[in-house]
Amino acid sequence: MKIMTCPMNGPRNIDEFQSFGPVRDELDPEQTADADWSRHLFRAENRKGVVVEWWRHVPSNYFFLAERDLVSNEIIRTFDASQRSGQS
Amino acid sequence: MPLGLLKYGLSRDYPVSEDIPATPALKPSYDVVIIGGGGHGLSCAHHLAKYHGITSVAVLEKGYLAGGNTARNTTTIRSNYITPQGIAFYKEGVALFETLSQELDFNVMFSQRGQLTLAHSEATLRSFHARAEMGKHLGTRTEVVDQKAVQELVPSLNMDYGGALEILGGLWHADGGTARHDAVAWGYAAQASRRGVEIHQRTEVQGFEIAGDRVQAVKTNRGRIACGQVLIATGGMNYDVALMAGVELPIRCYPLQAMVTQPLKPWLNTLVSSVSLHTYLVQSSRGEVVIGGGSDPYQLYSTRSTLDMKEHLAEGAVHLFPFLQGVRLLRQWAGITDMTPDNSPIMGASPLDNLWLDCGWGTWGFKATPVAGKRMAETIASGRVPDILKPFALERFETFQLLNEMGATAASH
Ligand SMILES: Cc1cc2nc3c(=O)[nH]c(=O)nc-3n(C[C@H](O)[C@H](O)[C@H](O)COP(=O)(O)OP(=O)(O)OC[C@H]3O[C@@H](n4cnc5c(N)ncnc54)[C@H](O)[C@@H]3O)c2cc1C
Repeated sequence: MKIMTCPMNGPRNIDEFQSFGPVRDELDPEQTADADWSRHLFRAENRKGVVVEWWRHVPSNYFFLAERDLVSNEIIRTFDASQRSGQS
Repeated sequence: MPLGLLKYGLSRDYPVSEDIPATPALKPSYDVVIIGGGGHGLSCAHHLAKYHGITSVAVLEKGYLAGGNTARNTTTIRSNYITPQGIAFYKEGVALFETLSQELDFNVMFSQRGQLTLAHSEATLRSFHARAEMGKHLGTRTEVVDQKAVQELVPSLNMDYGGALEILGGLWHADGGTARHDAVAWGYAAQASRRGVEIHQRTEVQGFEIAGDRVQAVKTNRGRIACGQVLIATGGMNYDVALMAGVELPIRCYPLQAMVTQPLKPWLNTLVSSVSLHTYLVQSSRGEVVIGGGSDPYQLYSTRSTLDMKEHLAEGAVHLFPFLQGVRLLRQWAGITDMTPDNSPIMGASPLDNLWLDCGWGTWGFKATPVAGKRMAETIASGRVPDILKPFALERFETFQLLNEMGATAASH
């Protein structure tokens, strides 16, 4: 089975994890027009290439980020959400 | 060897017919360029040529004819969806399959033997009632059946698996069936070619030339083609190809996996699927048991398979029919599915004037091959989207008028 390295629990079988899809920018509800909400809700990153995604290690309910290649399926790195550049 | 047979074999008049001509040279322009030589693109080409007299058509296929999801699907044909718009559309699709062999003069082996979807919980049964009522209202044959009726329909089913996943009833869809997927594509290709449509295999679209709101030309590995109208029908690559034209579709790609067993003597008359087990089975006319269809749990552009998914499908199959436990798998595979947020397709206009979409077919588009081709041809020929397609417009995501078919696509495709 494919192995994913959880930043907290170390290398585990991929079926212990759940994907929550590509990271989306947060919107300001006060400033957001309908068209931008639509984009935010329905247009997830799907380009052939590397995406940053939310993942959860299910048994420990720990959420983290992973960089993965959508074509080769290589997991390039996994890291705690606090290490996301440009984000608090 | 009997002399007569030899004479016949060597005769110049030996009746060899070439159904699909070899790829010709590309012309500098066509009235309609169809990107994707899968069932949908070929069906559209056939309808354009036969019903609208449009024969300056090139179907561009990057690989071999219908080698995408048309070749990989498990051939479930049905109309037992949830939304009235969905049911009306798929109902027309099933009706077209009923006469497709005559339409194409090619046996597509349509076998309308009914589909049984199993409920293992009260919640599932309740949702079946809603689907059955909507289906009946719109004139399809869909009804909820009890345990006894399930047993009569499929006597070999394991009804009680230790209590937890006991079968409580089912959704019986007498209109459901299967057809031979390759034959559908080949039949459309042969008919379209006979009327002058050109099918260009190993011709990959790599970009678009756009001026203002129009596509001027498509760029391919074999050169540039100017075009009047363009249709995108590239299956798992729909997001990728539309993006080349600057159109970002609400699509995410996931592999979908399936497999078949060695041939067994005919025992399963109907299509059987289970909502809770995420597994469905159908016995092909060769006796093989086709088992589908598991979506991978994360996005990926790959047709690789995984042992975990195959194990999951095998577990569901053995759960329903324990005697399958010793049976061997013959083949297994995956296709890339273009999944929309509401599990309904995207058909109709794009932000560009002459670029049309037949996309977002995900895990459910084989059954729509005839109807999508027919209706997209009508759209391209007239420049107007027919009423039956309007609910499937790309704009529905901007106006929040989604057509949620999740509950009708999760268990079977
Ligand atoms: C395992 C599996 C099981 C399924 N089961 C069912 C089922 O039971 N019932 C059902 O209704 N549906 C099912 N589906 C879905 C169904 O197979 C598809 O929705 C349907 O076949 C789509 O047809 P298409 O012609 O649009 O796409 P495809 O058949 O995928 O054809 C698209 C073609 O476009 C070509 N192409 C891609 N990019 C380019 C380019 N840049 N230039 C030129 N050509 C290009 C591809 O090579 C391909 O041949 C299943 C799918 C899978 C993978």
